[in-house]
Amino acid sequence: MGALMVIFSLQPKQRNKRKDSVEDELEMSTVRHRPEGLEQLEAQTKFSRKELQILYRGFKNECPSGVVNEDTFKDIYSQFFPQGDASTYAHFLFNAFDTDHNGSVSFEDFVMGLSILLRGSVQEKLNWAFNLYDINKDGYITKEEMLDIMKSIYDMMGKCTYPILKEETPRQHVEIFFQKMDKNKDGVVTIDEFIDCCQNDENIMRSMQLFENVI
Amino acid sequence: MAAGVAAWLPFARAAAIGWMPVANCPMPIAPRDQSKRQDELIVLNVSGRRFQTWRTTLERYPDTLLGSSEKEFFYNEETKEYFFDRDPDAFRSVLNFYRTGKLHYPRHECISAYDEELAFFGIIPEIIGDCCYEEYKDRKRENAERLMDDQEENKDSKLPHMNFRETMWRAFENPHTSTMALVFYYVTGFFIAISVITNVVETVPCGSTPNQKDVPCGERYTVAFFCMDTACVMIFTVEYLMRLFAAPSRYRFMRSVMSIIDVVAILPYYIGLIMTNNEDVSGAFVTLRVFRVFRIFKFSRHSQGLRILGYTLKSCASELGFLLFSLTMAIIIFATVMFYAEKGSTSSKFTSIPASFWYTIVTMTTLGYGDMVPKTIAGKIFGSICSLSGVLVIALPVPVIVSNFSRIYHQNQRADKRRAQKVQKARLARIRAAKSGSSTAFLHSKRNGLFTGLPQLQGSEEGDQQLNKTASLLESQHHHLLHCLEKTTAHEFVDEQLYEQNCLEGTLQSCPSRSPSLSSQEGPTSTCCCRRSRKNPHLPSAGVPPTCQRSLQELSAIHIQCGDQPPLSTSRSSLNMKLDEGSRLNCKTGLITTAIISVPTPPAISPEGDGQSLTSTNVQTPASSNVVKVSAL
Repeated sequence: MGALMVIFSLQPKQRNKRKDSVEDELEMSTVRHRPEGLEQLEAQTKFSRKELQILYRGFKNECPSGVVNEDTFKDIYSQFFPQGDASTYAHFLFNAFDTDHNGSVSFEDFVMGLSILLRGSVQEKLNWAFNLYDINKDGYITKEEMLDIMKSIYDMMGKCTYPILKEETPRQHVEIFFQKMDKNKDGVVTIDEFIDCCQNDENIMRSMQLFENVI
Repeated sequence: MAAGVAAWLPFARAAAIGWMPVANCPMPIAPRDQSKRQDELIVLNVSGRRFQTWRTTLERYPDTLLGSSEKEFFYNEETKEYFFDRDPDAFRSVLNFYRTGKLHYPRHECISAYDEELAFFGIIPEIIGDCCYEEYKDRKRENAERLMDDQEENKDSKLPHMNFRETMWRAFENPHTSTMALVFYYVTGFFIAISVITNVVETVPCGSTPNQKDVPCGERYTVAFFCMDTACVMIFTVEYLMRLFAAPSRYRFMRSVMSIIDVVAILPYYIGLIMTNNEDVSGAFVTLRVFRVFRIFKFSRHSQGLRILGYTLKSCASELGFLLFSLTMAIIIFATVMFYAEKGSTSSKFTSIPASFWYTIVTMTTLGYGDMVPKTIAGKIFGSICSLSGVLVIALPVPVIVSNFSRIYHQNQRADKRRAQKVQKARLARIRAAKSGSSTAFLHSKRNGLFTGLPQLQGSEEGDQQLNKTASLLESQHHHLLHCLEKTTAHEFVDEQLYEQNCLEGTLQSCPSRSPSLSSQEGPTSTCCCRRSRKNPHLPSAGVPPTCQRSLQELSAIHIQCGDQPPLSTSRSSLNMKLDEGSRLNCKTGLITTAIISVPTPPAISPEGDGQSLTSTNVQTPASSNVVKVSAL
């Protein structure tokens, strides 16, 4: 009786082994990604050669395979905000960086995004921000989308804040935002309304220049 | 913040542009990277072997030797490298820690040498990654135990100032301390042996008188045995009472296993004494004598091995339980099967299933008394299966128990396991502290912002540089990022205690904390910025008065409070805490002491004075280029 049981238990193991090797091969093929050469990247972005080198070294250190998937991205971003939960905002950021929507951010995507954010014109930066807020990329920011974004930003603050975060704080903030941005009061913010309004706001203009010298 | 992630800080800061259109308040200025050094290679010469790495790699961990300015002490001017006179092999893992963020323990390395290297380079061993941590801890514990053994040999010298009670307890616990203790130890051992032998011999039939059949010795020489019993019980009672007297914690002693055994050993005698008058319960009295056999367990004080056996059985309780459970299952199954198989045969001994239990047990343990044997063919087949499976089932848990015993036996020669638990707790606490260090570091630096802000009053233009000097550039950039988030959401990070306090105060917080002199000129700006009065020269001057008076309110509240507060370690951080309580107090009482505004205090040492003078100058000269950093933190 015991011998029979032992024989039966051996069978499934062999089958599993064969399946595993096939899956392993599939995984191996997607594991490596090498970026385009330095010259091409230099041409496409506004970074100098040295800056690209530094960026790549940091990138490769955290993601040896050459691409970032969403989980790693969330992990890395969350380390900068230890008190709150940065995963939702990281999700939106990931979608903003992943311009070809293939589920992973390669070094080229990464560096293009950074080029816009750090070396782009104000117009380009505002464009990027609009793209970030427009979750479904349909060209309009609705109140629901903005509320999602706002909640994710407030989530990063965490629990221990002063004054205490209330439930309706993100909603109120969204109302203020829409009052400012939505000129024709149609409930959505288009790209032109957004850029227009931001260019007229001194605070926003000034804060856009804030991170010029990050690298 | 982990090492490699520091390289992603520029990305996180760039991504902060996503908050800008949403924010209603102006953002704080970014810390400037004054020394725009190109990343350079550093050469580390460790006893002749040269290691090279980027400077920024080392600076990821600023609280270690290599990451801080402490390494400048080892800089060699002629060769332009850092020379360390240490072991190059151990240094490899240290350097890999900087590169990968994970500290590994090389197994061939001696544990104390490795510990010394880590201590020299300022790295706490608790960061060792999970892959190597078990090994590290095991080796460390073994080492500690070995050292303990060497020490224990010398430990038994008599400590001064031990009173009589403590001496007695030590004598009881460790018989080798003095001759008296040794004598006592052997005497009690002897009497335990005598008592046990007496109990045994009592029942032997010794010689027959002509007109009676064999009587046991106990009934023949009743008086003699009674005297022996009494003598033994006297000794045991005296011993128990002495131990009870000497025990440091009587309650704990009374609950311990050994004392319970002692009590059970002597109790039957006393019960017997009390109950001899009553003939009805003499039957019960006889049964009680069985408990006298427990005296043999008193030997466990004398034998280390016996104690270990007991401890092993206790610790293998789960294996023993499994053994028992599987045996019971098998017994029931086979007994049922045998009963039904043998039902047919005539004059079968298997009269019921419980009656078959006996057969199954005897067969499974391979005893085979032969008082019950199957007669039918089916019965014989199942009987043989029963004996085969019995061997298997019993043989399985036994090696586990045996290995447990051997492990405990060896371990028992060394230190407690209890120390390991305390260290584990300490390790987790330290790792947690290191992780939460980043958030507390931000709160700390906010207070320090106040500290470094004030010297700028003297008119220095390079305020930003001073700010950068106190914290590393990476830290200041990270803090600036968190600051921007605070601005965007118009809420501040606070630590746990403050948050709890705020929660408790609840409704009091919601009262509009604004002075009547404040007009809501700014609209939304003032509501979101009303708790903060951090200003920079780029702000329009219109924004200055409301926030200015707000901060004055708070500062004046400090002035009132300052006498009551107990002095704290750093006056600056105390200023920070006072500000918080001061502002809350303000909310409750609604006091506005604007009278203090007009008092021009010279730039004195007192922080309050400084704060007031700077804000007063700001009121008069809004266009002053002084960077005012008064934050209501």
